[in-house]
Amino acid sequence: MTDVLDAPADPILERRQAVQAAAASSLRRRKLGSRLALGVCWACLLIAVIPLVAVVVYVVAKGLPAWNVDFFTQPTKPEGIAGGGVSNAIVGTVVITVIAVVVAVPFGLLCGLFLAESDGRFATTLRFTADVMTGIPSITVGIFGYIAIVRNFNAYSGFAGAFAIGFIMLPVIIRAGETAFRGVPRSLNEAAMALGARRATVARRVVVPTALPGVITGVLLAVARGLGETAPLLLTIFGNQYLQWNPSKTMEALPILIYNYSSQPYADLVQVAWGAALLLMVVVLVLSIGSRLLANHLGKVRR
Amino acid sequence: MTTVDLPPPARTGRRRSLPDNGYKGMLVVVALLVAALAIWFLIAIVIQAKPAFSTLGVGWIFGKTWNPSHGQYGLLPFILGTIESTAIAVALAFPVGLGTAVALAYLVPDRLRPVLSTMVELLAAVPSVVYGLWGLIVLAPVFASTVEPFLTSVLGWTGLFDGPNRGVGLLLAGVILFIMILPTMVAISRDVLAVVPYEQVEGAMALGATRWQVLRKVVLPAARTGILGAFTLATGRALGETVAVALVIGNSPYIAHSIKSPAATIPSLIVNNFGESTGTELSALFGAGLVLLVIGILVNSAARWLVWSTGNDSAGVGIGR
Repeated sequence: MTDVLDAPADPILERRQAVQAAAASSLRRRKLGSRLALGVCWACLLIAVIPLVAVVVYVVAKGLPAWNVDFFTQPTKPEGIAGGGVSNAIVGTVVITVIAVVVAVPFGLLCGLFLAESDGRFATTLRFTADVMTGIPSITVGIFGYIAIVRNFNAYSGFAGAFAIGFIMLPVIIRAGETAFRGVPRSLNEAAMALGARRATVARRVVVPTALPGVITGVLLAVARGLGETAPLLLTIFGNQYLQWNPSKTMEALPILIYNYSSQPYADLVQVAWGAALLLMVVVLVLSIGSRLLANHLGKVRR
Repeated sequence: MTTVDLPPPARTGRRRSLPDNGYKGMLVVVALLVAALAIWFLIAIVIQAKPAFSTLGVGWIFGKTWNPSHGQYGLLPFILGTIESTAIAVALAFPVGLGTAVALAYLVPDRLRPVLSTMVELLAAVPSVVYGLWGLIVLAPVFASTVEPFLTSVLGWTGLFDGPNRGVGLLLAGVILFIMILPTMVAISRDVLAVVPYEQVEGAMALGATRWQVLRKVVLPAARTGILGAFTLATGRALGETVAVALVIGNSPYIAHSIKSPAATIPSLIVNNFGESTGTELSALFGAGLVLLVIGILVNSAARWLVWSTGNDSAGVGIGR
């Protein structure tokens, strides 16, 4: 391209042409590089999904043969004696989880309501504390349960386990509750207040019902988390090979049973551990998936 | 001026509500109780750990030998074991987690995305003791027979892979931890990647950047803080994991000389020795717990601060631990 006038070249135009030439000449290399890098990302996704599939497949394949009527209805037998089940662990896990939920849910939700309605320095600190509490090592919570309950009452007990599990659930419930309560549109609050409702009425009749899907999801996730905790229970409930409904006594729980039996040299005990692992995994996964589906469903119904 | 007697407002609810200040007061009391619980937790552990520090001196934390029958309570092997197993886990989880997050946020077809996202997040829901059982019974033999000989033949020259192939040890513990912390890393990274303004992505594409260049030069730098937060949160989770590690690390109270050596972490030390301990040993275990708690609080505070500063206020609730 020749110019009519022999004008000095436009520096911007020259720069643009240089950039375009460079971009065009490197296009093939850049496209190849892009493909390679994105391929690596796909490979990463594959690596991330494989362990889940492997764990689930193994636990189902090894755990299902352990399931029979005795497995659910009989307590564990000492090693060497055939038969027996895990009813003592099922009862322990249910009793401990129920106590933990009954105590932690009201406290957690009221605290979540407080955080959703306040923004002061205390609220910010408490919010931060709750977030940090979700991440602290669970074994230290076990130590706390031991110091606070086992030492003071001079006995390992289901209550001590429920205390530790409730402590672990609490921050999860607080933050999930706060997030759900904050999602309630301000206009609903204001409309209720304009009708002369007291704040407690607004909370009970407007905020909580509207936020219910989020609250239920949060509580179910907290329960799923509490069910799988092992370390705090090892330091608080001690384990018990007999069926025990009384939470003031030592109790067995599914995670403890899996932990203790998995390193046993007896094949039948390892088999029981797989069966218990399958039971625990099914319950936890059902709760996790169920909470999502429920949240989606309730969310849609409300809209 | 005349006054008109208005009828009192009708009560519609069955129950009578608390007056406003009563309601506020109740919430404040509950919040104070929760704060008091957190403070009680901290103080209780500090008080119980104090005898260890007063009888053994602060230096006991860095002692190299754990031998309670000789009055030696050195914590160094367990601190190193905790750091080493966590380092293996995060060295694997950072690249794999980031790659997975990028794939989930930008590459996967819209229809598959929720399914794959849910699958990865469910990894976090599987109880840790199940990973421990799986690692001990299924993965350990594979490591002893295949993975460790292979790694030794390829990387043996580094000297990191000396010693017998046992299966259980630091390497297996690191790999199990990697699988366990991956969902935390993926879920939070994916969320921060997804909120990078799309105008920036389109702008870069309009300039002729390839998809990878867009990710590399625009998306990843914009999401840097959040990714760092996800990484730190995952680190915290690896540091505190107890039972899965206790089952697969081999529980040896000596400083590991190779990546295949059996070792122990602070949590595994506590859980293995708690039942039989009394006196000084018990307070040494409480002291170990305090050391772990302090590290855990520091790491998690840093992580939360990083994640909060991206404006992702609720990140991690329900997925991270």
